Amino acid sequence: MSIVPPGAPERYQGLPGGPYTPPTGDRGSRILSPFRAEGARGVWIAVLSTVVFFTVIGLGVVSSSGWPQIKEAFFDGQVLADSFGKIVEKFGRNVLIFMVAEAFVLLLALLLAVMRSLQGPVFTPLRILAAAYTDLFRALPTILVILLLGFGAPSLQIKGVPHSDIFWAIVALVLVYSAYVAEVYRAGIQSVHPSQVASARALGLSRRKTLRFVVIPQAVRRVIPPLLNDFIGLQKDSALVAVIGYTEALRQAQIISAATFDFTPYVALALVYIVITIPEARFVDWLVARDQRRRQVAGGV
Amino acid sequence: MRADGGAALVVEGLYKSFGRLEVLRGIDLSVAEHEVICVIGASGSGKSTLLRCINLLEPIDRGRIFVEGDEITARGVDVNRIRQRIGIVFQAFNLFPHMNVIRNVTLGPMEALGLSRRDAEVRGMALLERFGLADKRDDYPDRLSGGQQQRVAIVRALAMQPDIMLLDEVTSALDPELVAEVLNVIRELAAGGMTMVIATHEMGFARDIAHRVCFLDEGVILEEGPPERIFTDPKEERTRRFLQSIIEAGRM
Repeated sequence: MSIVPPGAPERYQGLPGGPYTPPTGDRGSRILSPFRAEGARGVWIAVLSTVVFFTVIGLGVVSSSGWPQIKEAFFDGQVLADSFGKIVEKFGRNVLIFMVAEAFVLLLALLLAVMRSLQGPVFTPLRILAAAYTDLFRALPTILVILLLGFGAPSLQIKGVPHSDIFWAIVALVLVYSAYVAEVYRAGIQSVHPSQVASARALGLSRRKTLRFVVIPQAVRRVIPPLLNDFIGLQKDSALVAVIGYTEALRQAQIISAATFDFTPYVALALVYIVITIPEARFVDWLVARDQRRRQVAGGV
Repeated sequence: MRADGGAALVVEGLYKSFGRLEVLRGIDLSVAEHEVICVIGASGSGKSTLLRCINLLEPIDRGRIFVEGDEITARGVDVNRIRQRIGIVFQAFNLFPHMNVIRNVTLGPMEALGLSRRDAEVRGMALLERFGLADKRDDYPDRLSGGQQQRVAIVRALAMQPDIMLLDEVTSALDPELVAEVLNVIRELAAGGMTMVIATHEMGFARDIAHRVCFLDEGVILEEGPPERIFTDPKEERTRRFLQSIIEAGRM
C-alpha cells in the first residue's frame, strides 16, 4: 500500500509503493481508536474489562452500609418524578438567561478585543479602556456583580432604566463574561500572522476591512473551543441568578428540596446540566473537525 | 506633461532603517512603462524591504516614490488607493487560508474596488482560466501545491488590475520542480507588457526576462544595466564576487 495520501499534490503521486489504495472497512478512519491495533479481539477484551470493572465498583457502592440513606437523600425515585418536570420547566428560564447573555457577550467581547488590538497612538485611550475593563471584571466575583447590580440598580429607581432585577442580573453576567471572552478573542486575533494583514493591506483593503474579512474570521475559527468553555461557564453561572430571589431552576430545586427534606431535586438539576453540556462539546468537536477536513488534505500536512 | 518622462515608477533617495540597522541607504530607481526589472543581491541586501517600501507596507524614513507621476509618499495620500495600483506577491504566498480560491481572488476587487460579486467573479475566473487554475476555484489554499498557491497569489494581485507588479522572491519557498510553473506565469505577464520589479535568486530567469538588472548591495544599487552585461561583464568587484558565489552554488 502506498504511503501517498489521496488528494496529495501531483508530485507525490506515483512514488514507489504503487497507486494509493484506500483503507478497507472503517479501520482507517479510527486512527485514534484504542482498539485499532488489537482488532476485534481487542474490542471484546475492552468491553468485558470495562463492564466487570464498573460492575464491581457499582456493587461495592450499593452494598455498602450507608447506601440506603444516600439513596433516599439523593436518589429518591418518587421525589425525582415529582420534581423533574418543575425543574426542567424553570430551567427554560436559565436557557433564556444564558442565551440572551451569550449573544451580548459575543458582541461586547469582540468589540473589547478589537479595541485592545488597535494600533497607533490615537487609539491609546480605547486600549486603556478595554484593558481596564477586562482587569476589573475578571477580578470581581460573578456573584458579587450580580448582587450589586441585581439589587443595586433597581433600587436607584432611575427613570428610563429598567427596574427588573432579572434584567440587571443578565447585565451582570454579560459584563463579567465579556471580560473573559474578550481575552479569548484577543488571543485569537494575535495568533493571526502579520503576513495575513500585510496581504490584505497590499490589496488595498482598509484596516477595518482587513479586520473584518481576514483577521477576525481566522481568529474566531481558532478560538471556538475556548469560546465553548466560556459558554459552558456562563450556562452554569446562570444559576447564580438565584441569589437575587429569581426563581430559575436552581432556586426551584432548592424550594422543592426544602419542602421534601430531600436532595434529589439537586441531583435532577445536575442531570439536566450534564445532559445539555455533553452534546455541546461534541458539536464543537464536530465543527472543528469539519473545518479542518475542508481546509486540509486528508491525512496530509 | 509629466516631469518624469513617462516612467511608471520612480524611487528617489529612499532611506529605510529598522532601529539602528540601515537597510536602504539612498535608492534611486526609475522603471519605464512595460519594463521588467530584476533586483538581485545577497540575503539581507534590502531587496524585500525595497519592494515593501514601494507598496508602502513599510513606512520610509526619507525619499520620495512616484507611481505614474503621482507622488505616493506625499502627506495625506490615500494609502489604500495607492496599493490598489501596485500589486505585490510574497515569497510565502500569504493566501487567506479561510477562503477558497475564488474568494481569495475576488476579495480585493469587491472590498477595495467596490465591484459586485458577479463582476469580480467574472474578472477572477478569466484570470484563473488564463493561468490554468479554473478547476481550483472552490479549493482551499491548503489543498493546493506550492506552485498552484503562488499562481493563485499572482492572480489575486492581478485581479486588482494594477499598474505595476512587485514580486518578492516568489519562487524561493517552492520545491525545485514547481519553480517553472510560476516562472512561466511571470514570463507571460512580461510578454503581456506588465511593468514589474522582481526580486529574485533565479539568475537564469533574471537573464531571460529582465530588461534591466539591479545589483543591490548593503542598501544601495551598486550596479545596474542590461542582463547581458551584468551577468557577463560586471564592473564592480562585489557584483563579480556575488555572481561567482551563485555559480559555485550551482544556481546559474
